[in-house]
Formats: sequence, C-alpha cells, structure tokens
Amino acid sequence: MYRIGVIGDPDSVLGFKALGLDVCPVEEVEQARQAIHRMAKENYAILYLTEQLAAQLSAEIARYKDALTPAIILIPGKEGSLGIGMANVKSAVERAVGADIL
Amino acid sequence: MPSTTINPTRMELTRLKGRLKTAQRGHKLLKDKRDELMKQFMDVVRENRALRRRVEEGLMKAHGSFTVAAALMSPEMLQQSLLYPKQSVELEMSFQNMMSVDVPRYQFRTTSQDPGEIYPYGFAQTSGELDDAVDAMAKVFQDMLKLAEIEKTSQLLAEEIEKTRRRVNALEYVKIPEMQENIKYITMKLDENERANTIRLMKVKDMLRKEAIQERREEDARVMEAWSESAQAPGTV
Repeated sequence: MYRIGVIGDPDSVLGFKALGLDVCPVEEVEQARQAIHRMAKENYAILYLTEQLAAQLSAEIARYKDALTPAIILIPGKEGSLGIGMANVKSAVERAVGADIL
Repeated sequence: MPSTTINPTRMELTRLKGRLKTAQRGHKLLKDKRDELMKQFMDVVRENRALRRRVEEGLMKAHGSFTVAAALMSPEMLQQSLLYPKQSVELEMSFQNMMSVDVPRYQFRTTSQDPGEIYPYGFAQTSGELDDAVDAMAKVFQDMLKLAEIEKTSQLLAEEIEKTRRRVNALEYVKIPEMQENIKYITMKLDENERANTIRLMKVKDMLRKEAIQERREEDARVMEAWSESAQAPGTV
C-alpha cells in the first residue's frame, strides 16, 4: 500500500484534499524541504510538488530523481505554470541523448 | 604508446586477445541496448510531453474554478467543506522491467466507486463552483497518475541511457583501442625477439664455421710443413 502526497501552498493544494490525497500545505520552502524528506522516508510513491516551490528545491528533486520512490512530479501552482516541469522533460532528453533533439 | 606496465610475453598476449574479444562483444551488446533504450525513451518522452501539457492545462482550469469558488465562499467555509475527504485513494505499485530498468506501474483504487461520491460536503452550504472545481480536479487526477508513471519512467530511462552511453563510449574510444595497441606492441616485441634470436644463431654458426676453417688451415699448414720437412730430408741424407 503506497500513498500519494501533495506539497504546495495551501491555496494550490486544497483541491487535492477532496480527492483523498495526503495534502501537506506549506508556507515556506524550508517546510516543504522537510515534508519531502519525511514523505520520502514513509511509503509515499508519488509526491506532487508545486513548481513555485520546486524552483527553490532543485537539490531535493535531483536527489530523488534516480530513486524508484518517490516520484516527485511537478504541477503548476495557483499562479500558473513556470515551465519547470516541461524544462525537466527537456533536461531528461538532454541527459539521455546529449543534446535536445525534440 | 602502450602503457609501460605490460609484459611482452606470449601469455599476456593470449590474455589480452581474450579480453579484447570480450570487450568487443560487450561493446556490441551495449550498443544494441543503448539503441533500443533510446527508441523506447523517445516514445516515453513524447507521451510525457503531451501528458504534461494536458495535465497543466487541466490543473489550471481546476485552479481557476477553485479561485471562483473561493471568491464566492468564505475561506473558513471552503476549508471546512474540504477538510474531511469522503474517499481515499489506495495506490498499488508494481514494477515493470523495461530493458533491465525497473519502472513503476501504478494502479490506484478509490474507496468508493461512485463518481458522485467525490464531493465531501453537503450541497446546501457550498457554491456550485466548488462542485465544478472538485469535478475538474477529479478528471485531471487520472492523467496526473499517468503522468507520474511516465515521468518517472523517463527519468529512470534517461539515467540508464546515460550510463550505457558512457560505457559504450569508454569501450569504443578508450578500452578497445588501448588493448589493440597493447596487442600490437606485444606482437612487435615478440617478432623482434624472434629476429634477434635468429640473428644470434646465425652469428654463432658463423663464428663456429670461422673457427673450423681456421683450425683446418692450421692443420693444413702443419701437414704441409711436415711434408716439406720429410721431402727435404731424403735430399740431405
């Protein structure tokens, strides 16, 4: 049994609560950092993280990138998409191929 | 230039030839693996991009609905209506082996099957916009799960491809040329030794022959002397 976590500012993540996901509303980056580490240790398979926070947590995201769990997936927050999620897809291609071929 | 530590011996040569063969086979296999991984990776990435775009759009729509709902309801009311979710999600994770990379596959189950059950609040005190927002959220959630699966897969594949690519390149541009160089060095050295040996033998034979000729000459001279002495003797007598 695995769980799904959502980390982000309270306004952005409120809606996920209705779906029955484990929501962790955070106000500051530091709280988010701790939440990621705590959830990674528990059996969370997927962590959704708002891009607004992800922009300042790249080290944490990189750390769990090659691990099987948790999958940290960036989602746009309330303020809209920052394009970080898309950029990550691009960087994965660059990492694999050596150049951005898409 | 071959490294200085190799021994130019026949045993080393055999060992190196064996290693070169293994390396070449490994290189071929790894190259095939890289190509196949790349092929699958491209498919995954294409899907990833499309899915991400869809999820981002869907989420923005849901966020928009939420903003409207939040504007129509008091924050406390909104909090309260969403505080206790009616359904919970159970996630099962299995692994699929994709070209020796374990990638996750998620199966999720909601506690209630009824799609009308997602609203965790009574309709009396909440606005209709909140229903829309929750509905939009629930719709995009399927895609979000799929996105998690695909994105993780692409990340794991990217890592594996990077590793494989490095190995292929290391074998192709460093290891195999180095071994070929060493093999060449040993063969040359052994040939050189062979030639040196032949020459040495020839020289020795030459020396022996010279000695023999010398001896023969000395003996001839002795015989001649003895003969001339004996030839003179009768004359004197």
